[in-house]
Amino acid sequence: MKPFAYRRADDVAAAVALLSQDRHAVFLGGGTNLVDHLRLGVATPDTLVDVSRLPLDRIEELPGGGLRVGATVRNSDLAADPLVRQRYPVLSQALLSGASGQLRNAATTAGNLLQRTRCVYFQDVTTACNKRDPGSGCSALGGYQRYHAILGASPECTATHPSDMAVAMAALDAVVQVVGPDGERAVPIGDFHRLPGDRPHHDTVLGHGDLVTAVDLPPLPETVRSRYRKVRDRASYAFALVSVAAALDVRDGVVADVRIALGGVAHKPWRASLAEQELRGAPATEDSFRRAAEAELAAAQPVDGNAFKVPLARNTLVATLRELTGGTPR
Amino acid sequence: MTATQGRVRPRAIGTPLDRLDGRAKVTGSARYAYEQPVGEPVYLHAVQATVARGRITGIDTEAAAAVPGVLAVLTHRNAPRLADTRDAELAVLQSDAVAFRGQFVGGVVATTSEAARYAASLVRTTYDTQPHDSVLRPDRDDLYAPESVNGGFATDTEQGDVEAALASAAVTVDQTYTTAMNHNNPMEPHTTVAVWNDGELTLYESTQGVHMVRSQVAPLFGLQPDEVHVVSPFVGGGFGSKGTPHAPVVLAAMAARLVPGRAVRFALTRPQMFFVAGYRTPTVQHIRLGADRGGRLTAISVDAVSQTSRIKEFAEQTAVAARMMYAAPHRRTTHRLARLDVPVPSWMRAPGECPGMFAAEVAMDELAEACGLDPVELRIRNEPATDPETGRPFSSRNLVACLREGARRIGWERREQAPRSRREAGHLVGLGVAASVYPVFWMPGSSATVRAGAGGRYTVSIGAADLGTGTWTALAQIAADALEVPVERVELRIGDTAFPPASVAGGSSGITAWGSAVVHAARRLRETYGNAPPDGAEATGETGDNPATERFAMYAFGAQFAEVRVDEETGEVRVPRLVGVFAAGCVINPKTARSQLVGGMTMGLSMALHEESHVDGRLGQVANHDLAEYHIAANADVGDIDVSWIDEDDPHVNPMGSKGIGEIGIVGTAAAVANAAHNATGVRVRDLPITLDKLLGDPGAGNGPAVRRR
Repeated sequence: MKPFAYRRADDVAAAVALLSQDRHAVFLGGGTNLVDHLRLGVATPDTLVDVSRLPLDRIEELPGGGLRVGATVRNSDLAADPLVRQRYPVLSQALLSGASGQLRNAATTAGNLLQRTRCVYFQDVTTACNKRDPGSGCSALGGYQRYHAILGASPECTATHPSDMAVAMAALDAVVQVVGPDGERAVPIGDFHRLPGDRPHHDTVLGHGDLVTAVDLPPLPETVRSRYRKVRDRASYAFALVSVAAALDVRDGVVADVRIALGGVAHKPWRASLAEQELRGAPATEDSFRRAAEAELAAAQPVDGNAFKVPLARNTLVATLRELTGGTPR
Repeated sequence: MTATQGRVRPRAIGTPLDRLDGRAKVTGSARYAYEQPVGEPVYLHAVQATVARGRITGIDTEAAAAVPGVLAVLTHRNAPRLADTRDAELAVLQSDAVAFRGQFVGGVVATTSEAARYAASLVRTTYDTQPHDSVLRPDRDDLYAPESVNGGFATDTEQGDVEAALASAAVTVDQTYTTAMNHNNPMEPHTTVAVWNDGELTLYESTQGVHMVRSQVAPLFGLQPDEVHVVSPFVGGGFGSKGTPHAPVVLAAMAARLVPGRAVRFALTRPQMFFVAGYRTPTVQHIRLGADRGGRLTAISVDAVSQTSRIKEFAEQTAVAARMMYAAPHRRTTHRLARLDVPVPSWMRAPGECPGMFAAEVAMDELAEACGLDPVELRIRNEPATDPETGRPFSSRNLVACLREGARRIGWERREQAPRSRREAGHLVGLGVAASVYPVFWMPGSSATVRAGAGGRYTVSIGAADLGTGTWTALAQIAADALEVPVERVELRIGDTAFPPASVAGGSSGITAWGSAVVHAARRLRETYGNAPPDGAEATGETGDNPATERFAMYAFGAQFAEVRVDEETGEVRVPRLVGVFAAGCVINPKTARSQLVGGMTMGLSMALHEESHVDGRLGQVANHDLAEYHIAANADVGDIDVSWIDEDDPHVNPMGSKGIGEIGIVGTAAAVANAAHNATGVRVRDLPITLDKLLGDPGAGNGPAVRRR
């Protein structure tokens, strides 16, 4: 890997300042993604600013029943937190379905959100990639795209976002707290990750020097059940082919509210707004679930080798909603 | 009776002795190649070609050489000239030609591994690129017949009149099956520590055979064999990829020449394992079976296609198992190769039998279905009295006993003959069976020395290898019984060319070949010196010949059963249970044997469900070249694996009565899983791996059994 300088920031302001001074500096969290990229030559920063020990490692209750998750809370700790397990089972399940125990112990909340999208060509510096080297072309087109997008892709990039946690957070309407060179701001998670368009090298809306400090989880009504279902090529330690995060509120057999996000299908966690529209006020039946899934997937555009993701996403969404309408509340 | 004949009386043999090297491994004191203490080592990182075919027109090493800590940059321009370049895979950096993407085109030696790796990334190579051809397709018009296939077997065989037999058969199966390209990924990647001293080369090498490395490497550098010293006491897995030297050891030895007296450490990165360490070729197998209504085979025809590299031939012996497995009067097998611009394929656990028995045993399942027969019964009906190919009797053949015991263990009577008839909690559940086979090779060429010490102790020396499989323990048990002393009185020395020559740990022949030499040496010592040899008394024995190999067909057999559960909505496949019952002669150490068989079946499960190297034909390389993208079975994929063996007494194979068990565990697993998946879902998957997309959707839509009845 390319030699780099290592700096450790003592507080948020210093971290942001350190980065702002250096165009070629990046933040280092748990390192589970960035260190891989350093080794592979995918990331070639001059300076790493270590933010993993900033005092952002707490999970706090917000007024009204929500939670604020600090940026450096480890994935394992977040998944095991009693309040998270009680109020947002979908989030705990999503975290536990990701990576491995060792990686979850190291990975941070902010770092998980900021994982780069995955593609074998992005990881291989001997191939062209618009994300790694803007304008160089996309090797995935016409290549190995089993894991690639069926929604929202562009001719520039068909990669998918690998996070499970972020899919659950998308369904939960989480809000990302950011401190940057120009001060603090809050970014709704739906606006946080980008679709590739013609600028696939930007995975998120963050600018240089922007630091994620926390993620806020709004409260869910008591009657909501939530669940995360991940379908993958092996039973553990694999990225999602398709995943579904769903929170469902059924009253008297009718869908009062529903939030759905899909993973493994797009450059960002995919909020299934069309399916939600279809479902709100509809009877909580198999037919409704299927219609909703089909409404969402009508726009799907599979690429070579991943057409199966369309029926897979449909079936998985229907099965997840069905499970949420049976059994005991969680 | 000569010293190689007559059975050893088992005392330690057959007992589940704990690994003698277990403590050293668990505590980290067992040193693997990369960890050998060699003073102040320097580090090598390879530079690889980024085109699949062409010539190097320029190679700019200036930036690399300027990196602090860099000692040397190796290219084809300054690399030592090799004395022997006939093996093009080992003729590293001898010309400007590039024969496959990822081929070594250089290397950087530096004082740290980080500096070497960074500098390697700065080497700029330009190419005159030529069109390449890297994808195996069976409909190519340039397939050719090799002179022979791996193991020295005949390329084609034909007995009787297959076409006529098929034309008149009451029931036929005519299908094409494919197995994916697979890459061996032992836990320990290929590693070498190389050092030159006074014109002699010492290699600490992760290898399946120190003497194999010596004999292959010495002529490259114009050395006599005894000028190359190879040390390899512990190996973190090989699976065939370390059976014969590949390019890495040559690059390391060359790099070490540039820094005489200093040891060069070299380990492949995981992605590099997908380019320069061998792999299992993909196969395309056209199988035709003819049978009477009772399922008795009349004809077996297998046409196997695989790939080889343009620079070196490797011909997977895919169809050889079909020559001896079942009785059928009319049989033909062919092997054809496509010569491509790809890395050199090589051995991967049970080359030949593993992919061949996938196709053959799925075809047998299709035949059972076509005949309305239980697949276990079908195999029993086709059990041959003698080896169908040679007419020789089997030294022992207990496939039927394995099938019956396996059926009992898995609860075969609960299997529904009609597919898609068992549903449990949203899952389709099925059972499947397949047979396993692996030859008992008599591998000559090993010697062992037994030396008597004080206090009734003995030192046994042989250049054998322990790949993590248990040689340290099992060979000591054999030596103890041959000497008729307790195991504690035997000190084993292996893994070094300083010891007598040993054949490679390949073809599941290690313990049988080395054990035969150890037994011979022990008996010679006893013949010469009696039961109380003087301190320092020594005798050497050899594997020698076994005349029985001329009279008998020698194979280990097995039966594997799988329970498969398929999610009805997502197609996700899980295998909660595998049962393997084997007939492999005398089992030297039940504990290490069980581990090997469980490991083989796990690897077979992995092949069935996961393993697939996706070649990007445009680039001419495996696209998913790391373990995040190339899936092997994770713990959560592996359910209960029930391994057992039947008592089998084979007086012909060797003095221990043992057959190899390193490979048979992977043979048939994938077929058992595929057959169980069919029983569960009604979908016949003929192309490995069995991924969920192949089971999604409408069963039978184009995937149903293409069988014909009259």
